Amino acid sequence: MTNMKPTLDINLAGIRMKNPVMVASGTFGYGPEYADLVDLNKLGAIVVKGISMEPWGGNKTPRMVEVAGGLINAIGLQNPGTKGFTDQYMPFLRKHDVAVIVNIWGKTLEEYVAVAEWFDHVEGVHALEINISCPNVKAGGSSFGVHLDSTARVVSAIRAKTKLPIIPKLAPNVSDIGAFAKVCEENGADALSLINSFPAMAIDIETRKPILTNVSGGLSGPAIHPIAVKLVYEAAKAVKIPLIAIGGITSAKEAIEFMIAGASAVAVGTANFTEPLTALQVVDGIEDYLIRHKMVKVQELVRSIRL
Amino acid sequence: MRIENGLVTSHEPMGPHYRILTLTLPEVTNSVIPGQFVHLRIAKLHDAVLRRPFSIYKVDGQQLSILYKAVGRGTATMQALSTGDSVSIVGPLGNGFPLNLEAGVTPVLIGGGYGVAPLYFLAKRMKLRGILFVGGAKAIDILLADDFKAIGWEVRIATDDGSLGEKGLVTAPLDGWLTAGAGKMRPEFFACGPNGMLKAVGDRAIKGNWNAWLSLDRHMGCGVGACLACVQKVRLAGQETLARVCKDGPIFESREVIWDD
Repeated sequence: MTNMKPTLDINLAGIRMKNPVMVASGTFGYGPEYADLVDLNKLGAIVVKGISMEPWGGNKTPRMVEVAGGLINAIGLQNPGTKGFTDQYMPFLRKHDVAVIVNIWGKTLEEYVAVAEWFDHVEGVHALEINISCPNVKAGGSSFGVHLDSTARVVSAIRAKTKLPIIPKLAPNVSDIGAFAKVCEENGADALSLINSFPAMAIDIETRKPILTNVSGGLSGPAIHPIAVKLVYEAAKAVKIPLIAIGGITSAKEAIEFMIAGASAVAVGTANFTEPLTALQVVDGIEDYLIRHKMVKVQELVRSIRL
Repeated sequence: MRIENGLVTSHEPMGPHYRILTLTLPEVTNSVIPGQFVHLRIAKLHDAVLRRPFSIYKVDGQQLSILYKAVGRGTATMQALSTGDSVSIVGPLGNGFPLNLEAGVTPVLIGGGYGVAPLYFLAKRMKLRGILFVGGAKAIDILLADDFKAIGWEVRIATDDGSLGEKGLVTAPLDGWLTAGAGKMRPEFFACGPNGMLKAVGDRAIKGNWNAWLSLDRHMGCGVGACLACVQKVRLAGQETLARVCKDGPIFESREVIWDD
């Protein structure tokens, strides 16, 4: 018997990807930033940094601080707006053979819908990730994602106005992640991303001032991985739509753990900063694992937990 | 920009507080401009998720050196690096200083503490020779003064406690020199050091209608312009905008920088 290479390609809610490994919004810019170091054509998908209707300046610096096992960021969704992004970055992204998922956000329900409608007419956009969970912007962001009724409203309003697959990105700081996953599914979400960063804070003990000008921010990195695994596992029990797991992936091990817990795909976030080649190493590591476990396709891993 | 594992070829103290780390980096050293930096992964600090940026102090063939001080847990851990260790480097990063000056211009370097490191690299690569003003807290914080002299640069020193050179800020000898030479020369400033010093140098350049190339330092995340942690308010072509210090900088001309935070 010959050793067949396992297949890694997936079709996630209509988004075709070479492999289930994506790069997470906010950690990979808009594509060109890492292109000298990472062959973008080898990624499953690029999720670009969050886009609002108009350009947005974000929070005052300092915006990021490293803590044990992770970092806290309060960038505040700085971005060039729909037109700026489409003109500056889409021509570059279209030249690559990689799925492009645009993360979108708004300060109001109307803005969310307007941004979604804008991208319905932009060639080369494969799906929309809806950021209802950014911990760093007071209006919009997490204020939508931590209440079931506003989550339902924003997902159904966007669903009515776009043909693109929509992927709400869930907040981790809710009491029942399954209920939020379910309400997204019922209102027309095609897939879910989880989780966003955890509300967190660091204080300079000498000055007794918060290190971030925004006072608090969102914790990401290896420190949050086990918590994210539990949330993915809970969400997988609640819904049938595919899940994209995010949270502290630094190697294939964490990615495989997420898939066993219930994720169909994964996104590498903070580790892009530490080691820009992480996502490509995760792809290779998943392939090695499948060979070692005599699996012929990556889908066999999904929801394969043994209890 | 490349990612490359460099082997430590030497790691030497420079006085009690500073160290010089030299790595073999055949690819990164291919095209380096003074003022650029490298992003170093602290391999021995497993829970560190961010790389640390360092200005390039020297490039000699495939050898690249940085000059650093232990100021936090990353640099403290770096002190344990020894010959033969492998260090992951992303670089060269950032824009670098302009190297081609107009004829008749006097290059004036202003360094605060170990901010002299990229200025030394610049001084070596520049065709013209000029003058260095260097400031620090104490005599032991004045680095490389003799190295600058050895390559033909004039050196003026100021220390906070007066233990070496003039007592006070580096702007004191700078102002004295500018006054003495008033009307007779056209300086162009290149500065690396604390924000207060950079702003003071920029103010003098704007007043005299000269250029000042300032190397800004901000807490960085990714180092490649993706995360937007290290933004600086600037004015470009009349428009106020946020520049990424890591990617659009770290070198900015004084008129571009808006110092309001």
